[in-house]
Amino acid sequence: MRTVNLESQKNGTMSKAKEKSAKKRVVEEDDDQLPIFDKDVTEKKAGEEDDADLSDSEESVFSGLEDSESDSHDEEEDAEEGDDEEDDDDAVILDEILTKSSGVETATEPPATDKNTPTQPDVKTAPKRKMKKGEGVAMDDGGEKGLITTRHGDEYEHDTSDEEDIRNTVGNIPMEWYQDYPHIGYNLDGKKIFKPIRNKDELDEFLDKMENPDYWRTVHDKTTASDIRLSDEQVDLVHRLQKGQFGDVNFNEYEPSVDFFTNEVMIHPVTNRPQDKRSFIPSLIEKEKVSKLVHAIKMGWIKPRKPKETTPQYYDLWAKEDPNAILGRHKMHVPAPKMRLPGHEESYNPPPEYLLTEEERMAWEQQDAEDRKLPFLPQKHSCLRAVPAFSRFIHERFERCLDLYLCPRQRKMRVNVNPEDLIPKLPKPKDLQPFPTTMSLVYIGHSSLVRSISASPTGQWLVSGSDDCTVRFWEVNTGRCMKTLEVGGAVKSVAWNPNPAVCLVAVCFESTVLLLNPGLGDRLVVSSTDQLITSYEPPEEDKEQAVTWALSEGPEHDNGHRLTLTHPKAVKQVVWHGKGDYLASVMPDNSSNLQVLIHQVSKRRTQNPFRKNKGLVQCVSFHPLRPYFFVATQRYVRVYNLIKQELTKKLMTNCKWISSMAIHPGGDNLICGSYDCRLAWFDLDLSTKPYKMLRHHKKALRGVAYHKHYPLFASGADDGSVIICHGMVYNDLLQNPLIVPVKVLKGHQITHDLGVLDVTFHPTQPWVFSSGADATIRLFT
Amino acid sequence: MGGLQKKKYERGSATNYITRNKARKKLQLSLADFRRLCILKGIYPHEPKHKKKVNKGSTAPRTFYLFKDIRFLLHEPIVRKFREYKVFVRKLRKAYGKAEWTGVERLRDNKPGYKLDHIIKERYPTFIDALRDIDDALSMCFLFSTFARTGKCHVQTITLCRRLTVEWMNYVVTSRSLRKVFLSIKGIYYQAEVLGQLITWLVPYQFAHDHPTDVDYRVMATFTEMYTTLFGFINFRLYQTLNLVYPPKLDSKAESELKAEHEEDYAMDSESYLEKLSALSASLARVVATAEEEENQLDLFPTEGENMQAREKEQKEQEAQKRLFEGLKFFLNREVPRESLAFILRCFGAEVSWDKSLCIGGTYEVTDETITHQIVDRPDMDKQYINRYYIQPQWVFDSVNAQMRLPVEDYFLGTTLPPHLSPFVEEKDGDYVPPEKLKLMALQRGEKPGKSRAELDSEEEDEEEEDEEEEEEDDEEEDDVDDEELTEEKNLKKMEGTRVTPGKVKPWETGSVGNKVRLEQEEKAEEKRLAIMMMKKKEKYLYDKIMFGKKRTTREVSSLRCAPAKPTRHITCHHSKVQT
Repeated sequence: MRTVNLESQKNGTMSKAKEKSAKKRVVEEDDDQLPIFDKDVTEKKAGEEDDADLSDSEESVFSGLEDSESDSHDEEEDAEEGDDEEDDDDAVILDEILTKSSGVETATEPPATDKNTPTQPDVKTAPKRKMKKGEGVAMDDGGEKGLITTRHGDEYEHDTSDEEDIRNTVGNIPMEWYQDYPHIGYNLDGKKIFKPIRNKDELDEFLDKMENPDYWRTVHDKTTASDIRLSDEQVDLVHRLQKGQFGDVNFNEYEPSVDFFTNEVMIHPVTNRPQDKRSFIPSLIEKEKVSKLVHAIKMGWIKPRKPKETTPQYYDLWAKEDPNAILGRHKMHVPAPKMRLPGHEESYNPPPEYLLTEEERMAWEQQDAEDRKLPFLPQKHSCLRAVPAFSRFIHERFERCLDLYLCPRQRKMRVNVNPEDLIPKLPKPKDLQPFPTTMSLVYIGHSSLVRSISASPTGQWLVSGSDDCTVRFWEVNTGRCMKTLEVGGAVKSVAWNPNPAVCLVAVCFESTVLLLNPGLGDRLVVSSTDQLITSYEPPEEDKEQAVTWALSEGPEHDNGHRLTLTHPKAVKQVVWHGKGDYLASVMPDNSSNLQVLIHQVSKRRTQNPFRKNKGLVQCVSFHPLRPYFFVATQRYVRVYNLIKQELTKKLMTNCKWISSMAIHPGGDNLICGSYDCRLAWFDLDLSTKPYKMLRHHKKALRGVAYHKHYPLFASGADDGSVIICHGMVYNDLLQNPLIVPVKVLKGHQITHDLGVLDVTFHPTQPWVFSSGADATIRLFT
Repeated sequence: MGGLQKKKYERGSATNYITRNKARKKLQLSLADFRRLCILKGIYPHEPKHKKKVNKGSTAPRTFYLFKDIRFLLHEPIVRKFREYKVFVRKLRKAYGKAEWTGVERLRDNKPGYKLDHIIKERYPTFIDALRDIDDALSMCFLFSTFARTGKCHVQTITLCRRLTVEWMNYVVTSRSLRKVFLSIKGIYYQAEVLGQLITWLVPYQFAHDHPTDVDYRVMATFTEMYTTLFGFINFRLYQTLNLVYPPKLDSKAESELKAEHEEDYAMDSESYLEKLSALSASLARVVATAEEEENQLDLFPTEGENMQAREKEQKEQEAQKRLFEGLKFFLNREVPRESLAFILRCFGAEVSWDKSLCIGGTYEVTDETITHQIVDRPDMDKQYINRYYIQPQWVFDSVNAQMRLPVEDYFLGTTLPPHLSPFVEEKDGDYVPPEKLKLMALQRGEKPGKSRAELDSEEEDEEEEDEEEEEEDDEEEDDVDDEELTEEKNLKKMEGTRVTPGKVKPWETGSVGNKVRLEQEEKAEEKRLAIMMMKKKEKYLYDKIMFGKKRTTREVSSLRCAPAKPTRHITCHHSKVQT
């Protein structure tokens, strides 16, 4: 600002001044106050200090513009050189002053302030000087620039230097406010300054850009709505500032430093005042104080400081101990456990068996410090003299300290249980006889795993179905294979009709269920069975059925085939109803509701009892007495009432995958074997959750069975064992069933990770049959 | 409906616990000060039952203190002392910075200190409580007393520790309460029975310590600060119970003796007094001069109970042990650890002396003809007196543990020593008992040690112990002195027997009787197996765990029993045989 002021005072031309003011206004606003002060001083000092004026270059510290402008005028060159000389003179003068006053520290202002002091006069004087020089120049300038102001020569008379070169008095406002007016403000006389008649539009702008070679250095001044062309110096200045250089070309950043304070010691003192007398005489006041202290010491009022007792004093701390006065906290307090006492292995000369062998030592060294059973290596020394210091002694003490104050303490109740007490007291198996104990017969003949077995209701015959596509009939007592029937696929399930008056065996393979008459046993029964089948008369209207019933004839009939039920899907299991007329078959399929079919043999009728698919059916079973039907899906067993056609119960087995199911002859209890090694006993009257979960087997259970008369049940599993349990069900509803394992029967070899596949009891004797993956059937009696 | 909504973690266990950082902030202490406070006051963290609940849902690992504990700390006067000390340090630093040396001196003079008496009283309301907890204090003080007086901790602490341990040893000597000693590779374990409390402590061997860098000595020093206070009060009380003067004074007679001989060797009386005390060779001054015998008689009074006999017997044994070395005169060679041996021997009534140049307090010379045992730990001696035994130091330790003077032959100069066993091991059923221990027990029973260990070993291997068992039974009838041990051993042997039977039964007994027995056994085993099948899941788990532990111990025992070191032992035994 200051410079701008100077400019305007100097030469009234002011196109430049304007552009500067426009540009610099923002930058130098804070300097604004100064000029007022400057002005006053200027007036005063102007005359006297004219000579001592400093150079342009000095002043241009504040404004490069000023300088550059002055440079542009050739006429000024000389003057400037003169100025430079003056500058030199100045330095000389300063030096003189310094040398004069160096003895006293008041001498000069420090170099930093140096700038201020000289500049002030400089600023004040500069305008005058410039004015003198510049008057002629202004004319030239004026000719050059487009804007010529009306006020000219006498402008300075009424102008104050603190004001900048103002043409427009609206002040520092956004000029957009005047957009809609014909004028852009007011001049000093209060008259409107009108906008140029024709505003430059885009086209003009463009033409200008194309034609005007100075377009790039033209700047638009909004306050006056005029274009200003920057001079070369100004452009230079802009460049320099952009590069971060000083505005003044001539400014030397690296002036040689001037040592203002000499380091030479002066021979003469600054002052020559003789010392006071009082500095030689002892102080009276002090003397008084000392005498007071002396008196106090004499009188024994002040005693010398006793050395502090550092050794602790001990006394009978527990002289008045009161065990009842224990704080509540201490009742809860857990005293620190004592250190473990050392064993033989810690001795300096342990028995040789406690020393580690080479391998043990290696293992010890490789273990982590925490995993080691012993925190040290047992060592043997021949005599006490040879025992070295224990290197971890301090460590161990420190660790003990850490344990004492960092470890949480807890009273842990140590279970001091005699393991024998944990074993439940059960009735002796001896007292629960009879049950099968020994393997007495092995039925050999099959060549592949025997999937399923079933005993005849009389207990004389046994039927087995195997993966070698045969069904074999055995005499139980002799182990003789009475009959072998080839069927068209691996037999999945066989079931002997439980009705003793009928001699029928259901066999399922692939998608067929075959009803066979083995022709064993009583002739009368055999013939009556045949009669029963042939006596069927087809009903008048033939209903569409899911299964096709076909009567066998010819050689097949001779083989014993009687009826063939062709199912739409592969059949996995067949089960007879207790009365022997109904037959259920299972076709596991997760995607349809056609999974279970119930057939009536006498009427050759088939029905699908379920409309909905409730999951993959594993096995089904009929209630032995009442019209209930049990369906085991993967995890649940559902009990349906066939007459009311509704779901009565849903049993949660807590198993992952049910494999087999058997129903107690009383009908109120049920066991489920599962592939996750569990056997769940349900008491249907009690709950839908298992009454007992037995985890006797080590591997997946494949078959479970109840005995018809004896309180026994058996389970066969993949570990090749059959476990016989005593499962007593009481008539008294309040008494829970008693379950006692009585025998583990082993005999089956494990082949292909499969052991026992099916178990079934003899209908009358306490015997159990088991079929295994080793292609044998075994009888345990 | 209605009422304010309950907020989580504003009641229950979340409010009963406080994290360490919060506790620290509540007490306005730095972490180091908080630690010190916890050490001094015996506050330790607690493990909450439901950590997540207490941690306000977070599972970050945090240390929890009981809120009650921290509240209890709030009123601790020592906390103020800590703050004062902090201010003192600040002032001192400032004075140093300004180089105000008089100020520094003044501040130093007024350095704030604190006493832990009230804390000790509060932590241990009764004397027995304190005595019960003194194990760690003893070990720590013994360790600190062996530190060199350079750097690691204050010299005052070291001297104080030394003083207290010397006082303690003097007390144990005077009260003859030492029971067991054990030379381990870490140091020497001592066990004393003081006022019915078994106190065990560990003393490192006398070597310069190699100070580890990963140990925080500030923590150790804080513990020692607490322990020395506790220890001093306990010593005071213990000396009081024995009518001894505290701080301990030597008996006037003994003092005069010592003075006459060694006055010229030591410069200052004040310095040499502790040394004289620590020599342990003289008895202590009593407040009222009473004979020791009286006390023993007093001891006998309260033994009128139901199982009087047993107690009386025990008492007798103890009395006998206390007089184990009475009437013997020992001389310690310079290579044996003087302090521990002098301590042990004096505890059991022996007279001890050592070379004059070794330590103050030796009462007689090597040349004394009345010396019965000289303890030597070097392969050979040039000049030997005929009328004394030259034995290795282990004899003393083993004799103390066996509560009898063991035959000296095995411990003669230059012989290979028998293994040194830990007296702290009490074998239960099924534990491994080293053959040396069996031999020792036989010795204690009064059997002739005619059999050498080689025979003993072979006997064990052959397992023909029937004769011996009979013998034992006879012994039992004769004198039921050590009833317990005998039965214990019998149990052990029986067990070994049962272990053998399954192997032996088969070839012998093929008759119907054996069959029946076997069948019965098998039946029983099966019954058990079936019953185990019916166990509940929880009980089964517990049962399995117990059985696993049992199996492991039996495995360990068997591995010890068939250790590969047997042949070497044979050799050593032969060697010893030749020597004897």
